[in-house]
Amino acid sequence: MSSSVHARVSGESLAVRYTLTALALAFMFLFLGLPLLAVFAEAFRQGLGPYWTALVEPDTRHAIMLTVLIAVVVLPFNIFFGLAAAWAVARFEFRGKSLLLTFIDLPFAVSPVVAGLLFILIFGRNGWLGPWLQAHDIKIIFAMPGMIIATLFITLPYIARELIPLMQSQGKDEEEAAVSLGATGLQMLWRVTLPNIKWGLLYGVILANARAMGEFGAVSVVSGHIRGETNTLPLHVEILYNEYNSVGAFAAASVLALLALVTLVAKTVVEWRMNKETAMLDAALPMESTSA
Amino acid sequence: MSIEIRNITKRFGNFVALDNVSLDIPTGELVALLGPSGCGKTTLLRIIAGMEGVDEGQILFAGEPTTHVHTRERKVGFVFQHYALFRHMSVFENVAFGLRVKPRNERPGEAQIRKRVMDMLKLVQLDWLAERYPSQLSGGQRQRIALARALAVEPKVLLLDEPFGALDTQVRKELRRWLRRLHDEMHIASVFVTHDQEEALEVADRVVVMNKGHVEQVGTPDEVYTAPASPFVYRFLGNVNVFHTRLRGAWAEVDRAENTETAASRSDTLAFVRPHDIEILRNAADHALSGRVLHIQAIGPLVRVEVEHQHEIFEIELTRERHAELAIASGDTVWLRPRNVRVFQGNSLLDDQTFDLGGGI
Repeated sequence: MSSSVHARVSGESLAVRYTLTALALAFMFLFLGLPLLAVFAEAFRQGLGPYWTALVEPDTRHAIMLTVLIAVVVLPFNIFFGLAAAWAVARFEFRGKSLLLTFIDLPFAVSPVVAGLLFILIFGRNGWLGPWLQAHDIKIIFAMPGMIIATLFITLPYIARELIPLMQSQGKDEEEAAVSLGATGLQMLWRVTLPNIKWGLLYGVILANARAMGEFGAVSVVSGHIRGETNTLPLHVEILYNEYNSVGAFAAASVLALLALVTLVAKTVVEWRMNKETAMLDAALPMESTSA
Repeated sequence: MSIEIRNITKRFGNFVALDNVSLDIPTGELVALLGPSGCGKTTLLRIIAGMEGVDEGQILFAGEPTTHVHTRERKVGFVFQHYALFRHMSVFENVAFGLRVKPRNERPGEAQIRKRVMDMLKLVQLDWLAERYPSQLSGGQRQRIALARALAVEPKVLLLDEPFGALDTQVRKELRRWLRRLHDEMHIASVFVTHDQEEALEVADRVVVMNKGHVEQVGTPDEVYTAPASPFVYRFLGNVNVFHTRLRGAWAEVDRAENTETAASRSDTLAFVRPHDIEILRNAADHALSGRVLHIQAIGPLVRVEVEHQHEIFEIELTRERHAELAIASGDTVWLRPRNVRVFQGNSLLDDQTFDLGGGI
């Protein structure tokens, strides 16, 4: 009812609307749906057996494990940093606040490959810290620490960016109320702050996780592509594909694609919950009933 | 518990929010901090609560230095303008919060918590809402829950920041009366911030009128209304008529039509008269100012008459009975005689001034 009224007001006929919608859907299918289907089609081309063999192949298995491991290490750091940064920005006025905000956005602006090179410049054999690291036999570049650092850099903004506007809009009244009632800082965090931002935090974690597992550029530069040692799933897909191992490449890719789908579903669910709670909080006040 | 505020100064960057403010709040008193927005009243309240630090000065609770004591340790109950209820907790858990976060050795058992919370909810007459969430309550109910939550931990001091600001008139009236009763039962010092003069005059034992980071006057509602200490207080508390005057020894001369030569010197002394402190006379009289009736309007129990004198408009409030007696109409010429006038030179009150009113239209 309301949409038909709207259509008449904006002067577009039904045919125009359907055509535009159909165009958008076709475009999305062509560029988003079809590639996704192609990944699974290629992966299963020779049947379930070869697909499974490709997945349990030791190097592929190691790549999956490594990818998960990096994400597991990176996410807690991100959660901590995201919370701390959002807290600082949303709750306090201080010099250099806008500078901090700009720096949080830096990983969005810098090309991942450049970010990777940056870390080689710092930690690489001929880098600033290279000689010192070598003298102490610490390996960062072409090893897991480097890959973790690169992933950390790339995923840093996601949680902070999600939490800052949320915490700003919620204000600090509830936290101040908690403290005036005698709560310690930690009690306030656990009982008031975190429950209020849990959906935003989860949303940020999901996005950061998807990015951490899918990251190619920055990790590729610092990994050194040592099979069974420093190959994450995205890197492994590329190697297999370059070796004309189509089933292996697409089988590994299907794992990443599956991950993306799970992320999407989780993201949708969290968004839905978030909107539901916001709507509930914004609901019009019921009439004041005279006291019983 | 008494609160002493000694020479507090607070700056935000270049802005001086509080400038050398001192104030004593004895136990058992309900004090209103009254002033326009930006006068520093909320800052002062937050400083008492420990939510803002001070740049200079001291705060003492019951004689004990408290300036550097953390909010958590001050045992103040704070009620926020927008309630600040914990949105993800039920009403019961909101009120129980202060008891649940107590250190383990002070924390009451679950049964005691339950009893205390339900007692508090009964006190605010909302025990039937215990399982609801804040979003399911009306504004007035939320504010009462916020009060119950603040009172559950038995604070020594209750601080309220514009507690009724966001509520509609009817609810506000009811809650005011109810706050007054609650305060009398609790025997604590309560301080509330408001920009609504009617609220301050109606509820408080003492009113602290603030302006631009200064305390303009401290007094009972009657004192600040009938004997304002400054032109600001006069203007802020209710309607007032301002007469330009000139000093002649002990006489303040008000607007004689024939004396217009020194217009510049007129403005530094001002006489203030409340609209209900002016008598309207139908015939010429001593010490009366003549004027023409411009407009008559009945507002509730009062009749407001606007009279023009020398292109200035004065407001006079009459009872309906007096108005009927006078039987004046627009365009009539009348004489005005103030009953209660206070003359200020700049910001200082001039004592022992007598008035010489006179002159025609």
